[in-house]
Amino acid sequence: MRHLIEIMDLSTEEIEELIATASGIIAHPEEYREVCRYKKLATLFFEPSTRTRLSFEAAMLDLGGSVLGFSEASSSSAAKGESVSDTVAVVSGYADIIAMRHPKEGAPMVAAMHSAVPIINAGDGGHNHPTQTLTDLLTIKQKKGRFDHLTIGLCGDLKFGRTVHSLIAAMSRYEGVRFVLISPEELKVPSYVKGEYIKSRGIPYTQSTSLEDVMPELDILYMTRVQRERFFSEEEYLRLRDSYILTPDKLKNAKEDLCIMHPLPRVNEISTEVDSDPRACYFEQARYGKFIRMALIMKLLEVRK
Amino acid sequence: MKIDSIRNGIVIDHIQAGSGMQIYKMLHMDDLSCSVALLRNVQSRKLGQKDIIKIDAVLDIDLDVLGYFSPNITVNIIRDGKLAEKKHIGLPARITDLLKCKNPRCITTTEQGIHHIFRLADPAARTYRCIYCDAKAE
Repeated sequence: MRHLIEIMDLSTEEIEELIATASGIIAHPEEYREVCRYKKLATLFFEPSTRTRLSFEAAMLDLGGSVLGFSEASSSSAAKGESVSDTVAVVSGYADIIAMRHPKEGAPMVAAMHSAVPIINAGDGGHNHPTQTLTDLLTIKQKKGRFDHLTIGLCGDLKFGRTVHSLIAAMSRYEGVRFVLISPEELKVPSYVKGEYIKSRGIPYTQSTSLEDVMPELDILYMTRVQRERFFSEEEYLRLRDSYILTPDKLKNAKEDLCIMHPLPRVNEISTEVDSDPRACYFEQARYGKFIRMALIMKLLEVRK
Repeated sequence: MKIDSIRNGIVIDHIQAGSGMQIYKMLHMDDLSCSVALLRNVQSRKLGQKDIIKIDAVLDIDLDVLGYFSPNITVNIIRDGKLAEKKHIGLPARITDLLKCKNPRCITTTEQGIHHIFRLADPAARTYRCIYCDAKAE
């Protein structure tokens, strides 16, 4: 039995396999409508989320399975003080697979230690969000046709942005990749992330506080939101929130085939005027989230077309 | 100063000077009924000064964790007054229930009955990280 707790749990071959399955689903969704018939997905969301929970539920429904679960801790037994391990030990008796989001970092790993069924980490605080990274990888593959020899700009909150850390880890395994890290001083990529995935592998990278300066180099621009919930101080949040806002003007010097990505939801870091630009890929990226989750559920449940 | 040699027991040698008491407490040696000697600031050719712990009994204790405290540590097992085994203790790959994660966002701060486990992330820098949240051990 396999779980997915962090993106590095998957080899590059397994990622290719998931992307191939997801691409097959995108091309012929009707062939997958029954593959998870009589299987149940439990979505245990101890922290609110719209996109991730709905995409998991839509994924399971599109595979012919059913879903059950809760969407906030107050409507679960956690409100009565039940531990994660107890909740999961019980729920794994009712469902075939569990997707869990929890505000505490490492909660899905604890769940995996006590579960009789596969656990998918659907986000644990500011730590890991592997299915978002799989979504990002599917988007890159669909848009660029490859993972190697790409210059990837990551912009915004690179300190607390879990999607950024996971994407750096995942992309650091491909040849010819270069990272451009764009953030204010206070929100730079933590040194251990740089050390573990960039420096130790000899991957070229540059750090910049200006988005305009580095724009012409980029093949991919991955924008992120400065998240209120990651700050202990409201004052600090407000000061950094508007650090980088992507506008059509800033895209003047960008490549014609730039791919602009964002894990969503956005607040104001991408102006709505950018939405009509053909290089804006973020809504398509969100759509891909369902397909890659379908592929992942199939893999973990060991079902085939 | 002279401490009698032991017939059957364990000598933990080459402890970095000053770390002996920490190891003594960590291995719960105050609970032992056998003779235990903690020698501090002993002259050492290799280290200048070192601490030594002599235990007058062969106990089944987790010695691997000692490497976390002191990089040059050696453990000598004495049987019938002779050196039966000499172990060089390196950095343990994992440390269980010795350190607590200081990250307030970590699941270990709220989940009861959970083992606190740290993995060796960077041997050169002697860095350990929590297996749950990846926070650095302090």
